[in-house]
Amino acid sequence: MVKATKVQLVGSSALGKWLRRIVFYILILVVWQVVALSGIWPSYALPGPLAVLNALIYGFQNGQFLQAALVSLQRLAIGYSISLVIGVVLGVLIGRVRILEETLGSLILGLQALPSVCWLPLAILWLGLSEQAIIFVVVMGALFSITLGVDTGVKNTPPIYLQAARNLGTRGVALTTQVILPSAMPAILSGLKQGWTFAWRSLMAGELLFFTLSLGNLLQTGRDLNDASQVMAVMVVIVAIGVSIDSLIFAPIERGVRERWGLQG
Amino acid sequence: MFHLSILSDTQHTTDRPQTTPGGIPLKIEGVSKTFTGRSGAVEALQHVELDVAAGEFVCLLGPSGCGKSTLLSIVAGLETASSGTIWADGQIVRGPGTDRVLLFQEAALFPWLDVQHNVEFGLRQAGTPSRERAAIAQRFIEGVHLNGFEKSYVHQLSGGMRQRVAIARALAIDPAVLLMDEPFGALDALTRDQLHAELESIWTSTHKTILFVTHNVREAVALGDRVLVFSPRPGRIVREFRINLPRPRSLENHMLVDQAAEILSVLKQAI
Repeated sequence: MVKATKVQLVGSSALGKWLRRIVFYILILVVWQVVALSGIWPSYALPGPLAVLNALIYGFQNGQFLQAALVSLQRLAIGYSISLVIGVVLGVLIGRVRILEETLGSLILGLQALPSVCWLPLAILWLGLSEQAIIFVVVMGALFSITLGVDTGVKNTPPIYLQAARNLGTRGVALTTQVILPSAMPAILSGLKQGWTFAWRSLMAGELLFFTLSLGNLLQTGRDLNDASQVMAVMVVIVAIGVSIDSLIFAPIERGVRERWGLQG
Repeated sequence: MFHLSILSDTQHTTDRPQTTPGGIPLKIEGVSKTFTGRSGAVEALQHVELDVAAGEFVCLLGPSGCGKSTLLSIVAGLETASSGTIWADGQIVRGPGTDRVLLFQEAALFPWLDVQHNVEFGLRQAGTPSRERAAIAQRFIEGVHLNGFEKSYVHQLSGGMRQRVAIARALAIDPAVLLMDEPFGALDALTRDQLHAELESIWTSTHKTILFVTHNVREAVALGDRVLVFSPRPGRIVREFRINLPRPRSLENHMLVDQAAEILSVLKQAI
């Protein structure tokens, strides 16, 4: 009997993890609802979870949330693609060319320490309150992480791969595209992941300032209307999108790389 | 001794361009190499002179750090000599070339490619169309007895299997010279014996020129037509042995054991 229970416990450990997690979230929701109902804070400042759920349903029913999410995702895609292209090229150059690493490399290392929101005032001065200004901030958010990730990966390419490749007839650009970049993939991937979270955060900051329908702007509208439940509903959407991109795009790629290389998960 | 007669044929016809497959002659002429590091200059190779006939199997034997690996890198064109010249088939070597392929101790396979694509790698660089590439790779994967592992990644293979893939990858581009830098040094004795037999049969059927670096005396005697004993740093050739034992050779053969003992005593004197 004792043995049987033990086996059952081990077998359901994954299930148990989810169970504990669900209980935890239910507890939070209950406490939140109780505090909201207690009247310590006015309901426009702290709406309960049910009010937020209502705002969420209402936002999707009238199409606002979906449209806003699509606008934001489009900006993210454009900005991220731009930083991806520039970042990979810069990263390879800095990783391979000594003089660029000494000069440009140090500049990028410095700029990476700058939160991308700091680019907002300049973006507005240079590009006005425009689409380009927002995309500029997104690019600045992701670019340096991607560049440094590629740079690290390129620098850590084991010399023996380069020797083997040159010996098998690899020349010029093929050495970069077929050996250095694939070999750098694990480091590049962590740069890409960090770059995407920075891009997503920068986008939300950029959209706060800009009056078109978008997720960031919905937060701003919620504040203007004293509608905390809308603000929180939009926050839920932002988190959901972030988690989805992580688990639907980056997690599978990362798993693929790990399996190929035989890295421990 | 069927293959030996073919071998001498190729030797006579090396001036006939590109018609006979197999090895090319190598000439190492007064090659020295000095590394300058933080601790000053280190002389790795001192005036090495060596003539290798087309299709010959030559083993370079010496203690670790005697510069024999450096010599292979120089022949491969991956490093440059401080002085001296390498000739491959009458041409001065100025850089890496697909006529001379280096095999490393750690196999140096690409972990982002599966076995099939590792073997295809050199062909892809040469612009071979993909269908032809796949067919050639398949042939060489079968040649090293790895059928069924085409889709495996490097980390899923044992050390011996990795070396087999590396050999197939090298053979796929049909080089005239194989430069082998202690390729079986990290393998267990059983796997090593197996790979000796496979390498010998590959050599017998392709007549490629092979330079094989090792610090294992019996391995050198089992494989080489000639065994060159290197001195410790700075490396230079101190003695040369011609091995006339019949092939395929067995490591238990008493003549081989005697020959190995003689070479070992020379090697010990050199150290």
